[in-house]
Amino acid sequence: MSTIRAKFLVAAVALMLPGTASSQHMHAHGTGNITIESAFSRAMLPVAKVGGGYLTINNAGAADRLVGAKSDRAEEVQIHEMKMTGAVMEMRELDNGIPVPAKSTVKLEPGGYHLMFTNVSRPFKEGETLAVTLIFEKAGPIEVEFAVGPFAGAQRPHAAHEGHD
Amino acid sequence: MTKNPFMLVATTISAIFITVLVGVLFFTFKDEPRNTTFNTAFSLINDRGEAVDQSIFKGNPSLVYFGYTHCPEACPTTLYEVAGYLKELGEDGLPIKSYLVTVDPERDTPDIMNGYVTAFSDRITGVTGAPEEIRRVVAGWRAFAEKKPNKSGGYSMSHTMDLFLIGADGRLKGLIPYGSDPDVAISKIRSALL
Repeated sequence: MSTIRAKFLVAAVALMLPGTASSQHMHAHGTGNITIESAFSRAMLPVAKVGGGYLTINNAGAADRLVGAKSDRAEEVQIHEMKMTGAVMEMRELDNGIPVPAKSTVKLEPGGYHLMFTNVSRPFKEGETLAVTLIFEKAGPIEVEFAVGPFAGAQRPHAAHEGHD
Repeated sequence: MTKNPFMLVATTISAIFITVLVGVLFFTFKDEPRNTTFNTAFSLINDRGEAVDQSIFKGNPSLVYFGYTHCPEACPTTLYEVAGYLKELGEDGLPIKSYLVTVDPERDTPDIMNGYVTAFSDRITGVTGAPEEIRRVVAGWRAFAEKKPNKSGGYSMSHTMDLFLIGADGRLKGLIPYGSDPDVAISKIRSALL
């Protein structure tokens, strides 16, 4: 009981630190060693079938691996890697998921690792939240809420800072 | 062989200079379009179901992107930007046509393409059709597209992300790489196409 309270206290203090947790999607999800923050997706076009999901995984413990994800909003949630080789974008599904080394932070962000929501029947709308279950090899399932932001490209001024190297 | 230290220094400096010069030239021209003329005949359909052929790349300048609608990130971003460029260019940009040539014709039917491109702008035309005809267009512009199967039975496409700037003469005039600054992109379109 006391450890839970201690963890809660740590989380509460972390949330109060200036410059963090200013909006809902900055809340850290998960318990134990793996916590998730900044989970977001983007509004989809009315006819689009796929959406991307991005998040930051903080691992305070031993090595783990993100092996899967699921959501009621998509037929499947796949783990993908996007790589740019010269001018060519290569997209592939990661059969073995994404390794999360001990005491590390792994980012799924535009231009790199991401979740791919396939066969989405109701396209994501800005302002919605998506309930997603991330599945880790050791930590097990972690429920995360993804905040849906504007369309891809709509936040142009920031795009230059995203990882498109 | 005289052992003139000045000669040695001069030779070294010249060698370094030439190496740097060649390097600079290489990097300058590496990403430049190869001034390709498009000489491939093809027969495809646009998002309104009308037949289109190689003549769409001639007679007016065009912005051409090779993408697909099952693309979560790069394609919507680029098309959103294309719509922005056209808006920004206003009347000056009216001669420009823009095309999304799908690299995934199996899933991208004219109807799907129509719903997709019109969501960005009424000035983007979708082009789809038989896979072998699409391959001809992709190869004709020396672009790249490849199907990558997923373990779940589906697939993603790897594809060229550059936006192709094609002149009214049907020649490639420039490329806008993914993630370009919009102001840089617009001035590139102005100087290359208008």
